[in-house]
Amino acid sequence: MPPERGGLSTLQRSQVLPPSLVAPVLLSLAGLGLVLAGPARGAELPATTAAVLAGGCVNCHGPDGRAQGAIPGIRGLDEGYLRARLLAFRDGRDAPGSVMTRLMKGHDTHQIEALAKWFAQGGTQ
Amino acid sequence: MTGPTRRRVLGSLAAGGASLALPAMVRAGAGSARVVIVGGGFGGATAARYLKRHAPQLQVTLIEPAPRFHTCPFSNLYLAGLRSWDSLGHGFEGLRGAGIDVIHARADDVDASRRTLRLSTGQTLGWDRLVLSPGVDMRWDALPGYDEAAALLAPHAWKAGLQTQLLRRQMEAMADGGSFVMVIPDNPFRCPPGPYERAAMVAHYFKQHKPRSKILLLDAKDNFSKKGLFLQGWKALYGDMIEWVGLADDGRVTRVDAKALTVETAFGQVHKAAVLNVIPPQKAGFIAERAGVVDASGWVPVKAESFETRQVAGIYALGDATLAAPMPKSAFVANTQAKLAAATIAADLLGRAPPAAFYANTCYSLIGPGYGISVAGVYRAEDGRIIEVPGSGGVSPSDAEAAFRADEAAYGASWYAAICTDTWGA
Repeated sequence: MPPERGGLSTLQRSQVLPPSLVAPVLLSLAGLGLVLAGPARGAELPATTAAVLAGGCVNCHGPDGRAQGAIPGIRGLDEGYLRARLLAFRDGRDAPGSVMTRLMKGHDTHQIEALAKWFAQGGTQ
Repeated sequence: MTGPTRRRVLGSLAAGGASLALPAMVRAGAGSARVVIVGGGFGGATAARYLKRHAPQLQVTLIEPAPRFHTCPFSNLYLAGLRSWDSLGHGFEGLRGAGIDVIHARADDVDASRRTLRLSTGQTLGWDRLVLSPGVDMRWDALPGYDEAAALLAPHAWKAGLQTQLLRRQMEAMADGGSFVMVIPDNPFRCPPGPYERAAMVAHYFKQHKPRSKILLLDAKDNFSKKGLFLQGWKALYGDMIEWVGLADDGRVTRVDAKALTVETAFGQVHKAAVLNVIPPQKAGFIAERAGVVDASGWVPVKAESFETRQVAGIYALGDATLAAPMPKSAFVANTQAKLAAATIAADLLGRAPPAAFYANTCYSLIGPGYGISVAGVYRAEDGRIIEVPGSGGVSPSDAEAAFRADEAAYGASWYAAICTDTWGA
């Protein structure tokens, strides 16, 4: 993992992105019942299942992944970075990070990919 | 009331920007569907908000007596003097802003065949789906000597409110050198680590203000959530101030005398308290009994994949009221159950495929400022049962450095801010 992908620098970069520009579009799409994910791949989880999975994350990382305190925000982070971090937590290649290793050990790779995409895309239904 | 309701909802849909979605909604009948939710806590308020997110056209009504909901999570920090009472209160402006009809009344009765709910105001509401998230009620018949009147002398403080404030006042009035006695029930009960976090938070207060005081925990069981971490943390921060007595050492209390502030154990030992905190056995909130969804245990059995009740189709139950082992009765769990149930109900009403059942838990407990510990778990439905995903979950390492404990203390505060914002939207 390149050094600039390390936690803080990535988080700081994400905080200067304007997610407010993205959110209304995603919300209105959700209102129409459209699928947010791109072209469906065979292994991809359905959107409602991804939404339920993501529902666990936001209880600590904040609504739609927007930080509410010491636990870092995850909204709008790079999808590849999120996937790599979550897999590293699960596989014990990252520092335990409070509950993250314990939680990720309960997720399969499809679920982790769905979460990475979900929060990379703005974390909103 | 179906006729006027349908006309009103369809009318508002046609006038709004969501009209493109109308044909599918009409075919599915969701435009006229009404979901009524009882309880404005972590389960009920979350269910209401996520139902609206999944299906904005649904008519969602939430019933909650309190204009501001005070949380049990972090009420131990209030006892310690680390949080203000006001900081535990959450209003319903966020729900109303999301288009949810919030009615401040008590839910008194359910007619499952007519699909109605009667309120303390005399009003009767019709529903297409009913979600019960009533929390717990105390079993006033389970512990001899401990009834509602006794709770005014020896508070349980296991529902955040006047009881919690009463216990804090008793701690403030107690003389230095007094004995704080806590009676702890057998499983299952609300918030498995709660009594042990409370012991630490009371100790934090005593250490500052009444350092000669003692805390005695009389427990009806031999094991409890995060036991090793609590024993280690109590010792590190408070020395011998906290004494825990489990079932094997005659910790089970069988009689309470609230006037005398004494308790008697199974083998006849009598303990005298200066402040007596009795956490009695519990059951599902009253309305669940009225709805006919509880079993002989007093709790609500639910379908693992949806949290629809096993007894009555169309009625869902969430949170502490349910039989959902191995998931604990925690705020986090109630919130994730609510998200699964909301997505399931919306999918059902919209004629879509339901989501895969997935639930999670994370509970931070504070032992002292800068000293936090955690437990986490991941759960799914398998063959009609809830299971913990093998290999997942567990507690903080026992050999963690001080920085890890400090991080988990900070994460606990961050968790509280995040889950409350997610639940009440304010």
